[in-house]
Amino acid sequence: MKEINELILPNDLFYTEAHEWAKTEKNSVKIGITDYAQDQLGDIVFVELPQVGDTFEKGSVFGSLESVKAVSEIYMPVSGKVTAINTALADSPELVNQDPYAAWIIEISPTDLSETDTLMKKDAYLKQLKG
Amino acid sequence: MRYLPHTLDEVAEMLSVVGLKHLEDLFKPIPASLRSKKGLAIPGPLTEWELEERIAEIADIMASTEKMKIFLGAGSYRHYIPESVRYLLSRSEFSTSYTPYQPEISQGTLQAIFEYQTLVSRLLGMDMANASIYDGATSLSEAVLMAIRITRKRKVAVSRLIHPNYRRVLETYLTPAGYDIVELPYLETGRTDISSLNDFEDIAAVAVQSPNFMGMIEDLKMVREKTKDRNTLLICAFSEPLAYGLLKPPGAFGADIACGEGQSFGISQSFGGPALGMFAFKKDYVRNAPGRLVGQTTDLDGNRGYVLTLATREQHIRREKATSNICTNQGLCALASAMYMASIGGTGIKELARLNYDKAAYLKEGLRKKGLKLKFDGPTFNEFVVEYPKGAYQNLMKKGMVIGLPLEPFYPELAGQYLVCVTETIKKEDMDNLIKEM
Amino acid sequence: MSQELRTNGIVQDEPLLWEKGRKGRDGYSMPLRDVEKASIDESLLGDGPDFPDLSEVDVVRHYTRLSQWNFGVDTGMYPLGSCTMKYNPKINEKLSSYIGLTRSHPLLPAHLSQGTLRLLYELESYLCEITGMDAVSLQPAAGAHGELAGMLIFHAYHKSKGKKRNKILIPDTAHGTNPASASLCGFQAVVVKSSEKGILSHETVAELMDEDTAGIMVTNPNTLGLFEKNIRKIADIVHEKGGLVYADGANMNAVMGIVQMGKIGVDVMHLNLHKTFSTPHGGGGPGAGPVCVKKELEKFLPVPRIRKVKDAYALVENIPESIGKLHTFYGNFSVLVRAYCYILSMGPEGLKAVSQHAVLNANYIKEKLKDHFHIPYDRPCMHECVFTDKFQEKHHVSTLDIAKRMIDYGIHPPTIYFPLVVHGAMMIEPPETESKEEIDRLIAVLKIIAKEAEDNPEIVRNAPQFARMRRLDEVTAARKPVLIG
Repeated sequence: MKEINELILPNDLFYTEAHEWAKTEKNSVKIGITDYAQDQLGDIVFVELPQVGDTFEKGSVFGSLESVKAVSEIYMPVSGKVTAINTALADSPELVNQDPYAAWIIEISPTDLSETDTLMKKDAYLKQLKG
Repeated sequence: MRYLPHTLDEVAEMLSVVGLKHLEDLFKPIPASLRSKKGLAIPGPLTEWELEERIAEIADIMASTEKMKIFLGAGSYRHYIPESVRYLLSRSEFSTSYTPYQPEISQGTLQAIFEYQTLVSRLLGMDMANASIYDGATSLSEAVLMAIRITRKRKVAVSRLIHPNYRRVLETYLTPAGYDIVELPYLETGRTDISSLNDFEDIAAVAVQSPNFMGMIEDLKMVREKTKDRNTLLICAFSEPLAYGLLKPPGAFGADIACGEGQSFGISQSFGGPALGMFAFKKDYVRNAPGRLVGQTTDLDGNRGYVLTLATREQHIRREKATSNICTNQGLCALASAMYMASIGGTGIKELARLNYDKAAYLKEGLRKKGLKLKFDGPTFNEFVVEYPKGAYQNLMKKGMVIGLPLEPFYPELAGQYLVCVTETIKKEDMDNLIKEM
Repeated sequence: MSQELRTNGIVQDEPLLWEKGRKGRDGYSMPLRDVEKASIDESLLGDGPDFPDLSEVDVVRHYTRLSQWNFGVDTGMYPLGSCTMKYNPKINEKLSSYIGLTRSHPLLPAHLSQGTLRLLYELESYLCEITGMDAVSLQPAAGAHGELAGMLIFHAYHKSKGKKRNKILIPDTAHGTNPASASLCGFQAVVVKSSEKGILSHETVAELMDEDTAGIMVTNPNTLGLFEKNIRKIADIVHEKGGLVYADGANMNAVMGIVQMGKIGVDVMHLNLHKTFSTPHGGGGPGAGPVCVKKELEKFLPVPRIRKVKDAYALVENIPESIGKLHTFYGNFSVLVRAYCYILSMGPEGLKAVSQHAVLNANYIKEKLKDHFHIPYDRPCMHECVFTDKFQEKHHVSTLDIAKRMIDYGIHPPTIYFPLVVHGAMMIEPPETESKEEIDRLIAVLKIIAKEAEDNPEIVRNAPQFARMRRLDEVTAARKPVLIG
């Protein structure tokens, strides 16, 4: 497992307490899991994705990641409607391990973009990880 | 006691290591008020020899096929079991191991289950199969729960010609969680009235059995047609898998889930258990499947081997969200059936299935010629329904024959009708005797 | 070199079934055809399953070789926690295969089945006495099936009281089958945290128990090998609020003749006959999981029930409040025969000695290894003890590595990473049928492995070296499942 100073945590992302990241683009938000989360889970063998068109509240479960012997749920950083899912993950869940930031999981159209104000930036997230 | 190896000296020595004097002291963590004051009031101990006498006495008062001619099936079938199967099954490396959690030292069980999954899939014409469910009834129940998970609908349609006990178990499984079961009635032909499906909406699955409880072969093609375009799954149940040595299997009709009883394959009847729930399904549904699955992989040296896989579906990981609560299943029974399928082979199963078909047809025809009325007209496998003359059932029992199963307790509308079963274990002479008595 | 042609000595390689054989061979003695072929509607016919054709010798060699790659209780010590891998007496195998029993049809009229019914009736009464409960159904086919029966009874009970309850309390140390069984009955599992002592505190239960909660499921002794000594107080609290107490009897083998669950506040429980009562585990079944209840709940038990009227036994189907049927027939009968034989072989004193020796073994191991492996709850245990890999962590040796290294020494690993509340758990259960030499050997081996973890961690991390296979790639197996050949 990685030491905390080995983790990759890009500056331009928002982070959640449950180790998701969110990246705001024009009218959409891409969502994935952090380097810390993928490292803790170990080899990811399956990504359970929602369907395009599904709507979720901030903080609700929209999918899950499976390793050989664990299931980890993924939560919405902000509320919104799913506009795209990363179908490449269906056949190649290992992409999340290889580069958790390139391997986004869903893209949503946010209900209220100001909800991102409640999320952490890199420094705050790093502080949480250090406990 | 022969199963307790510690001598008195060893017990004393071990007690002193843990700092205690008496065996009773080990139970001090249990408050005295919770401990029993007196010994257990059960019989024994018996010596091995006394025990043998006792069981022999019990076994001797049973009506076995040694003493009687029994024309009973209805979900429990007598077929010959090769002695090699019985012998191999008794190897204690198989029988005294547990669920193969440590694959490096469980390759025997794991490869055998992988082979079982493959043989069951081939038998039923399905994409894949699990490592087993308890029996035919629980297999159907798990199939229906799986269909409910996949379709996210809460209602299922179940043919009245599915084994009545399977339906009773299904009801037990489904009712507390509030799922609905609607019953599809049957036609004069002894087949499910699938047109009645039109009366219902939002059906997760249609479950039919073929050959059905009356031994009749259902028109699965038509059932499939009816379920198409409704996002309704087709569940094909069975109680006699030998039928698929002769007949088209569920997969040939596009069944989504095939489930049923595998007892016919190398497992003795033993008063109904242990039996074997066979469970097979389409590939796309694998993550919704209940029970253990064995998959092929390689070890660090690149050698082919097998492991339990897709365990995240199961209770020990997903707990209340698991696809089923099943843990211990019917491992040794699955192994027995795989050994049986391996022994009989692709050529043999066709021949044996045909022999079963022909024998049952012989008796059916013989009774018909004697003027007995067959309740349903059409093709059957191994079992058929006949109306015996009044009193024949009781009279022949006194002569050492059990000539069928009275259907009235299961189907009140079929009073006076009997379900008769013939397998390869019934000789022509026994059938001729039965015919002669009519 | 192809796998088939390796120089492996007498550890044989063996291909898959369908990689051997020749069309036209057979391994089955086909009965003589004594009737003519009957006519058949050709449109019904299939091609027949694509099975290989094998000779009897092909089949015998195949499965004999496969069996040699397996480890069973008859091979060596199998201290798999919570699974009770005790010796399976051979006489029970013989007796359960008597033809009078194996050829008995479940739907024969009762007067032709008096032997099997008598056996079931007597077994029910023995299990009642051992558990202190009032009535038993032998129908559930495994522990989880027994739990399901228990939860269905909870459901039926509350329904009969006119109020549906939605929640159920389940400790964080419970087997996964508990929440899974409860959820089948529509109960939402509410997790009860165990105390720092590893057991439930009645105060915590009091906080969570309310009138929307159906009751509690308690494993006792629990999965940490500790007796839930507050069980009576917990039962009082649950009963006070109209709930019921369920005991998962998976660990009953620790307290036979010591504690009768029915006398300490338990309303419903199941037993695992394949654990406590020595029936073979069969590589994952068949088991048997009888469900036992107090008088008040008897009417909810699955049908049919066995009744004795004068000297005859009968099956009774018509019990209106019953939860219904759980099995096509009456459960795993021939497993029940073995348990019946076991109980009679042991007798009352013998069963008590079973529990005493099992508990002695576990405490002895705990004492001998406590300086070598970390013990999360250092208290006198029942029939099993839980260690962790905390001391070995600094050498980057994990519980998994230790388990795999035990294989090299010819001992089956313990249950690992369970219970979930203990990080890196190793749960060792040394059944009463293990001799002191075997137990001392286990202790010696674990001490060596602890030393190896310090001096030569690589050898532990690379274990097993001497098994049929080295570690297998479970990740690829799960990512790209190959479930049939």
